[in-house]
Amino acid sequence: MIIEIGHYALVLALATALIVSVLPVIGARRGDAAMMALAPTGSLVLFALVAFSFGVLTWAYVVSDFSVANVWENSHSLMPLIYKYSGVWGNHEGSMLLWLLILVFFSALVAVFGRNLPDTLRANVLAVQAWISTAFLFFILLTSNPFLRLDPAPAEGQDLNPVLQDFGLAVHPPLLYLGYVGFSVCFSFAVAALIEGRIDAAWARWVRPWTLAAWTFLTAGIAMGSYWAYYELGWGGWWFWDPVENASFMPWLAGTALLHSALVMEKREALKIWTVLLAIMTFSLSLLGTFLVRSGVLTSVHSFATDPTRGIFILCILGIFIGGAFVLFAWRAPMLKAGGIFAPISREGALVLNNLILTVATATVLTGTLYPLILETLTGEKISVGAPFFNMTFGLLMLPLLVAVPFGPVLAWKRGDLLGALQRLYVFAGLALAAGLIFFYIQNGGPVLAIFGLVLGFWGMIGAFADLWYRANFAKVGLSVGLKRLTGLPRSVFGTAIAHFGLGVTVLGIFAATTFGTETVVEMKQGASVDVGGYSLTYDGLRDAVGPNYTEQRGHFAVSRGGVQVADVWSSKRLYTARRMPTTEAGILTFGLSQLYVSLGDAMDSGGMVVRIWWKPFILCIWGGALVMMFGGFVSLSDRRLRVGAPSRKVKPIKATLEAAE
Amino acid sequence: MTRKQKRLAVIAGGMSFILVAVLLVMFAFSQSVAYFFMPADLAKADVKPGTRIRLGGLVAEGSVKRGQGSTVSFTVTDGTGNVPVTYTGILPDLFREGQGVVTEGAFDAASHSFVADSVLAKHDENYMPKEVADRLKAQGVWNEGQGNQGQGSGTKGTATR
Repeated sequence: MIIEIGHYALVLALATALIVSVLPVIGARRGDAAMMALAPTGSLVLFALVAFSFGVLTWAYVVSDFSVANVWENSHSLMPLIYKYSGVWGNHEGSMLLWLLILVFFSALVAVFGRNLPDTLRANVLAVQAWISTAFLFFILLTSNPFLRLDPAPAEGQDLNPVLQDFGLAVHPPLLYLGYVGFSVCFSFAVAALIEGRIDAAWARWVRPWTLAAWTFLTAGIAMGSYWAYYELGWGGWWFWDPVENASFMPWLAGTALLHSALVMEKREALKIWTVLLAIMTFSLSLLGTFLVRSGVLTSVHSFATDPTRGIFILCILGIFIGGAFVLFAWRAPMLKAGGIFAPISREGALVLNNLILTVATATVLTGTLYPLILETLTGEKISVGAPFFNMTFGLLMLPLLVAVPFGPVLAWKRGDLLGALQRLYVFAGLALAAGLIFFYIQNGGPVLAIFGLVLGFWGMIGAFADLWYRANFAKVGLSVGLKRLTGLPRSVFGTAIAHFGLGVTVLGIFAATTFGTETVVEMKQGASVDVGGYSLTYDGLRDAVGPNYTEQRGHFAVSRGGVQVADVWSSKRLYTARRMPTTEAGILTFGLSQLYVSLGDAMDSGGMVVRIWWKPFILCIWGGALVMMFGGFVSLSDRRLRVGAPSRKVKPIKATLEAAE
Repeated sequence: MTRKQKRLAVIAGGMSFILVAVLLVMFAFSQSVAYFFMPADLAKADVKPGTRIRLGGLVAEGSVKRGQGSTVSFTVTDGTGNVPVTYTGILPDLFREGQGVVTEGAFDAASHSFVADSVLAKHDENYMPKEVADRLKAQGVWNEGQGNQGQGSGTKGTATR
């Protein structure tokens, strides 16, 4: 019964979404306050209905109600409880419901925090959000209904795909969706602004916190997904340029560009049209990602049951929203007035460079991702575009940006001084060079070109603090006054520095791990030893073990350094009983920022095992840097001036008049 | 420089960056794109040794032989053609005789065997790589019913060297 109520709540949600889609827009045109007021109320009701429906599905998973087809297909009564919760979105229907839940969650947030928005803008934004909700509600109800029943109810479920039975599933999709879907708010703001034909710096101030929040979550979600793939799949790689990874990476790149261009618009009223276009493009890439991942055109971890009608349905949604937004843009954008002018060498100029490089890089990733699909559709030829393509194009194109990052914050707005910036930065560049060389020396060398990468990483890390250093002016005013000045700086300045520092950490991790990492494939018999990365691993044979819903063979390795045993590591081959599916569980040992990664291969006839061991120095920097970036995002979000819906700074003039009156 | 010249310089700079990107993409496509072949195609197509391709098909029954260390040799077949493949490394969990695989690598000039540096098989008991499944179905060698009922939820397992 409760399942049917959950289903019914979704239908009611569709009705609500339709109302919020239409009436507030009419209200905004006519200036009818009552109709506009429907938008926030309706959005909250919509959220409540979808949340209820999601709760019902979760309940069905938790109590293992196998009369629900979706639960039967993706759950098992013996599965640990946490996977019963996370298993809700470990399948196509459930993950679309999560997508929708997060979409209406953001609408509700806009409804709650958007009180300071002009009434018409808020009504239009929420209506556009409701258009998207309507499209996805139709999609779920017509093609991906999670509440379908089975009669008679099977006694036991078919179990969740073993690869998904991991803590990563509990974290990665919600974080990723918070990012992906969060950009819908920027999209809605852009479309609403185009509908109204009016846009100004205040618009950018409202959009920026949403962009920042979405970007922060997306950063975390991608990093989490990358780490999950790294430890779960057992191939020791952290990024494969798989189309599905690209699908999440492209909105991130475009979102990063949007974050920076919105800054220019907020501070200088320039780049208006471009910012609106970027906001539309970013969410379009999110939708494209959803299409690539959910339609089944790609085979990957993320493509669940494939059903052609779903692919076509999402393609239609994609076409309507992207096409519609671009048509609206082409029609309305010329009405937007251009803003402030600036010299090429200036903070704005640096941010334009950032946007140029990021969008071109996004375009190359898009080309590499879509080209095989388009070619196959047109000519039937099947090709694969792999890591070498992306490393050559994306990698090379991003290099100038990484060099330029520390320059941006030290350039003045409007008209900057490149020579002055160079003078301010050369000490930091020297430090980065020294750090890179020392690092290279300690690691006992490698290809000389690697120095360049290491220096680039340190340059990003050290250079990030140049702005703080000069703003506090430690060199002139001394430590105590400098610290006072530093604490007086707005938090967004710290956010920028921290996020740029994190970028440097990630770059350093990428270059260090690829340059100094080693991979060893050996056949080991019990008692045999192998030296990897300064550690010695001794193989101690296989042991049988039984888990809740799997059986496994655990290989034990004793790790020693200089003859002293320092750790144990277990690497196992599992067989999940319900699906008769084998998986490899890598054994990972962390030493500081570096990791030792042990993966079991096949048993040999001679009684040994093939073992693959990687030494991954500084690999944790890659994800650590992303975490630092995320932290920077949160610091920036906590800036009072950026607080969602914060009023524009009118405080000062009022104070001035008060003083005058006294 | 006047303002107009400055603006021109900026636009020229931006354009040339885009141009470089386009050239880079075209160059990278010519260098690093691997075409997909099945054993029967290779008889018709002239694939030179050293050219990277993807080779897909079924692992022939009884063809998997373990050699020195972690080197494995097997035959990829599609019913009409057979190609011997050697691979050094760890095979994906679901690599099995009679199952579909996609391997990536190049033909060795001397031995005329295919040297793969990556072997793909999906992490699923009912798996057939999409490219291979499409073709084999078209040829009637294999069909969807063969152990492939229900939800084809699965995962790509790769072994890359």
